[in-house]
Parts: sequence; C-alpha cells; structure tokens
Amino acid sequence: MRTRDTAARAARPARRRPRVPLALLLPAGLGLLFLVLPLVGLLARAPWTTLPQRLAQPGVLTALWLSLQTATLATLLCVLLGVPLAWLLARVEFPGRRLVRALVTVPLVLPPVVGGVALLLVFGRRGLLGSWLDATFGVTLPFTTAGVVLAEAFVAMPFLVIAVEGALRGADPRYEEAAATLGAGRWTTFTHVTLPLVAPGVAAGAVLCWARALGEFGATITFAGNYPGRTQTMPLAVYLALETDLPAAIVLSLILLTVSVAILAGLRDRWVGAP
Amino acid sequence: MTAPPLLDAHLVADRDAFQLDVRLRIAAGEVVALLGPNGAGKTTALRALAGLHPLAAGHLTLDGVDLDRPDRRRWVPPERRPVGVVFQDYLLFPHLRALDNVAFGPRRQGADRSAARERARGWLDRVGLAEQARRRPRQLSGGQAQRVALARALAVDPTLLLLDEPLAALDAGTRLDTRAELQRHLGGHSGATLLVTHDPLDAFVLADRLLIVEHGRVVQEGDAASVTARPRTDYVARLVGLNLHRGRADGHTVRVGELTLTAADRVVGDAFVAFPPAAVALHPARPDGSPRNVWPATVTGVQRHGDNLRVQLDGPITVAADVTPAAAAHLRLAPGQRVWAAVKAAETHAYPA
Repeated sequence: MRTRDTAARAARPARRRPRVPLALLLPAGLGLLFLVLPLVGLLARAPWTTLPQRLAQPGVLTALWLSLQTATLATLLCVLLGVPLAWLLARVEFPGRRLVRALVTVPLVLPPVVGGVALLLVFGRRGLLGSWLDATFGVTLPFTTAGVVLAEAFVAMPFLVIAVEGALRGADPRYEEAAATLGAGRWTTFTHVTLPLVAPGVAAGAVLCWARALGEFGATITFAGNYPGRTQTMPLAVYLALETDLPAAIVLSLILLTVSVAILAGLRDRWVGAP
Repeated sequence: MTAPPLLDAHLVADRDAFQLDVRLRIAAGEVVALLGPNGAGKTTALRALAGLHPLAAGHLTLDGVDLDRPDRRRWVPPERRPVGVVFQDYLLFPHLRALDNVAFGPRRQGADRSAARERARGWLDRVGLAEQARRRPRQLSGGQAQRVALARALAVDPTLLLLDEPLAALDAGTRLDTRAELQRHLGGHSGATLLVTHDPLDAFVLADRLLIVEHGRVVQEGDAASVTARPRTDYVARLVGLNLHRGRADGHTVRVGELTLTAADRVVGDAFVAFPPAAVALHPARPDGSPRNVWPATVTGVQRHGDNLRVQLDGPITVAADVTPAAAAHLRLAPGQRVWAAVKAAETHAYPA
C-alpha cells in the first residue's frame, strides 16, 4: 500500500511550494484536532492493565461477532436491492424520478430513532406488513437478529444507492449502446458491461454502507431492542456499559474503533479513493 | 433489372436544432459514405440505422425485413438488428481482453464460450492482431484498438455494417495504414456498408458512392469523380477545393451577380460555375490578350497552401486563387491590395443547377 501511495504521489504534478494561508491552515488544523481528540481521549482513558481480562469476557466477543454478522448481512441486502435501485435512478427516465431520489436519501437525514419507530409501525407485530407476515408466515421481525439487519439496512442503504448511482452516471452509457448493437439485451448488458464498469463504485458504496451499518444504534435499539446475543450489537453494548461500567464502555469502543479503522484502511485505498 | 437494394431507408428523426430527413439505399457489397460537416446529422442517421435513435417517420428495411415502421408503431430494438457498428472512439469494453471483446457478439448470438472465442480468434487473425488477443483495450495502440473494434463489429456477421468516423481518432501516420487496411476489409464485406465521415479523403478512398449531408438533408449524391468535378454546395466546393458560384447561363456565358463569366460548357438556365483556385491568375493591371474572364478584386487574406499561397479575393465574386510565392512577392500581395483576377474560359466549367 505504501508503494501504491508513493506511485500515486509521483504521478501528480510537483507539489507547489507557496505558503498555505493561515486563514485556511488554522481552521483546517482545528478541524483535524476536533476529529482526532476524542479518539485520543478514548486511548488515554483506556484501562490498559485490565484489558486482556475484559476482552476475554464472553459478552464482548458475542456483541462483536453479532455486529460483524449483522453489518455484513445488512450490506448484502443493500447491495441486492440498492444496486438495481441506483440503476433505475441513473438509467431509466420515469415520472417522479426526482421525488424517488429524494425519498431514497430520507434515511440519511432522518434521526435513526425515528427510523426505528417507523420500522416498528410497518414491520411490528401490529404493523402494516408485520401483522400480515405474522399471520401468513408466522414471521416476526422486531426484537430479533433479522430485525437488527433490517434496521441497519434501512439507515445504510442510501450510502450505497448514492455511491452506485454516482458511479453509473459517471460511466459512459455508450458502452451499453455498443453492447446492444452486439446483440445484448438489457439484462445481459447490465450484468456483462454495466456492472463490471461500475464495480469500483459498488465496492466503495458497500464499504460505506457496511461502516454505517456497523455503527448503527438508534434504529436498532428502537426496532430490535437490546438483547445480549440476539440484538445487542457493539454500539448498544457500549451504551449499556456506559451506565454501569465506564472502563468496559471504553474497551468496547476501542474494539469497535480498531475493527472499523482496520477494515476501512484496508479497503479505502483500493476502492474508496479516487480512481 | 437491378436487384432491390439490401438497405432501403427513409430516415426521419428529430434533433434539437433540425430534423434529419435522408433517403438511403445501399446494395449488397456496396460501401456508401455519408459525408458532411460537423452537426449535419450524420451520426444521428447512423444511430437511427442501429436502432439507437428512434425514427419519427419514414421507414427502414434491411434485407426485406422492416426494422423501423413508425407509421405501424414498429421499432426493432438494437440488439435484434443484424447490424454491426464501429463507434468513433471504438468503445471497446475496458474490462474485457481484446479476444473477449470480439467474442462478445458471437456469445450473444448463442455460440458457447469456446466456439465464440474460436470465431473471435479467427477475426483477430484476419485483422492481424492474433498476438494482441490477450491484451486489454488500454494496452492497445489507437490503430490496434480500431482494428479490434472492426473485428468486433464484423464478428456478428452483420447485414449492415456502420462505421462512425472510423479513422478520426488516429494520428496521421497510423491513419494512412489503417485506411488502406480498412479498404481491404470493407471490400470483403458482403453486406451493405455505411461510413460516416467528415474527411473527404476517407470517403473518396473507402466508398463506392457518396452522400453529402448538410443540415439533415442530402445535398449531393454520386461517385467521387462526379462529386469532385461538379460540386453543388459551398461545403462540397470547399472540400474538393473549387471556386463555386451560382448564376444564370445562356449558352457559353453565365451571369453571376454583376459579372458575366465565359465557360467551356454550354448550359441554359440556372447553372453552377466552378474553377480551381490554381486557374485564377492575378495581375497588377488589367491584362490584355486571351483570358475572357477578368475582373478587379481586393485581396482580403493570404495563407500558405502547400507549396503555394492561397489568396482570398473580394470583388464582384469572392474567390480563392493559388499563386506561387514568387508571383506573390512580385505582386506584393497583402490584404487591401487591389489586383485584377483572370480565369481562362477553358478552365471554367458550367453545369445545370
């Protein structure tokens, strides 16, 4: 990764020497500090001496494992539904497209707790769809692991849709025309030409989506509750520990931080960065 | 009795600025060039033939099959037309190797993977790129990419082959070789071929017949010899390097505005007069002797043109004259300079408008 960085830097035009104006440097530095200082605080107050015992506690690993599982499943769900949705928004002219695009981004601005309430109203046992699901299939979603996945997917999907739609708009649609003149129908064109062309965008969207799902708290606790081993993900465990055991909360936070930073750093240069 | 043309089309399509309205017939094995300035509607015509731009009216029949009949609300989608397209910037799929780019069409036609690759290998071999089969498009040179694009279009065995400015993206040296090779491959294509270009040389070398399009209409049609000898619009005249004026003829004389020109040909009625810039001689004073066509003119510009200088002249008619650098120096040609222009009647051609 180092070598890749250096290569990228060498390809850019030589760095210009003129001094950075203080009016930009000062707020930039403050901004960086503001972002990094809380992390420093976390590291500074971590109970390093008791760390190994705390890590070995069964609840910690259970919550971590549940978090990774649900975030990954939520991402899969988002990719499965979000990529076709992004394609529809980017490639098909239909009335109300702008409205649909606005609706897709609603979970971005909606407080996650409100999202959780909304999910309860639809998928809850007495909800619009929930009662039908319960009566027909005997399926209940709230307060289950599946409910966690649903809540995470709800808040994380916009990240994927926006990233993939952007990639699709950036991809030259004339490649798809070329595929059509070679006899490919729309589905074949999508799978054989469009998708490979926007693969980096899909990967970037999936990474963002996964990161958002991993950190999800509000919608999860509202819709799925806080049952250890079933719906208690890391953020929920942190929140619970905060009330009773501050060092435990710090340890959990550190783990979450380490895992997300490690995975994002591993993927970022490959997929999220500029091409 | 001539056989019905393989392609019989009347393309009417709406564009932002104007409406395209072109009638097109191409026989099997024939190469027709659609030549015209940028924005004339050439590419729209090509896209309409490929099914990428809907026809507003008219019809499109290929090999006896109606592909587009707007009056019967029939439009065949591009993937179901026996048409191959070489796009201007080739549009080779960047994620596929050259071989799989060429195999893409045969695969869609139902060939299994190995059969499609076998066919693709055969085509790459024919365009001389067997060695490059495993390369990705970005590892190919411009000329190689063009040949892969041609192989990809031909690999679907199209009844109609469409080429959109196939040489425009190449540098001058590569262009010469690629043009010669393209000519060979087009000669071997048994279907109809339509070539869209703004380069007259491409059209003259590659096509059997030319259609000149301006503002969405065909303004002139014919083989290279007739188009170059008898241009009918300013655009064509500029392409083939002739001075062109329209006037009224009465026998050997044609009246163009204030000026009466004597021509070698006999025409009566509305007529064009054409003469090459090299036939225009410039004199410091009114010349005596043989030239019949003499008029006073003002120099408006002087540019290099090959080994000579091309002089733009204003006067009763605006013309271009080619003079040698020595003659230019002798005449002290500069914008604003007043001279006498003369053209021999024998070099002035008149034909009915």
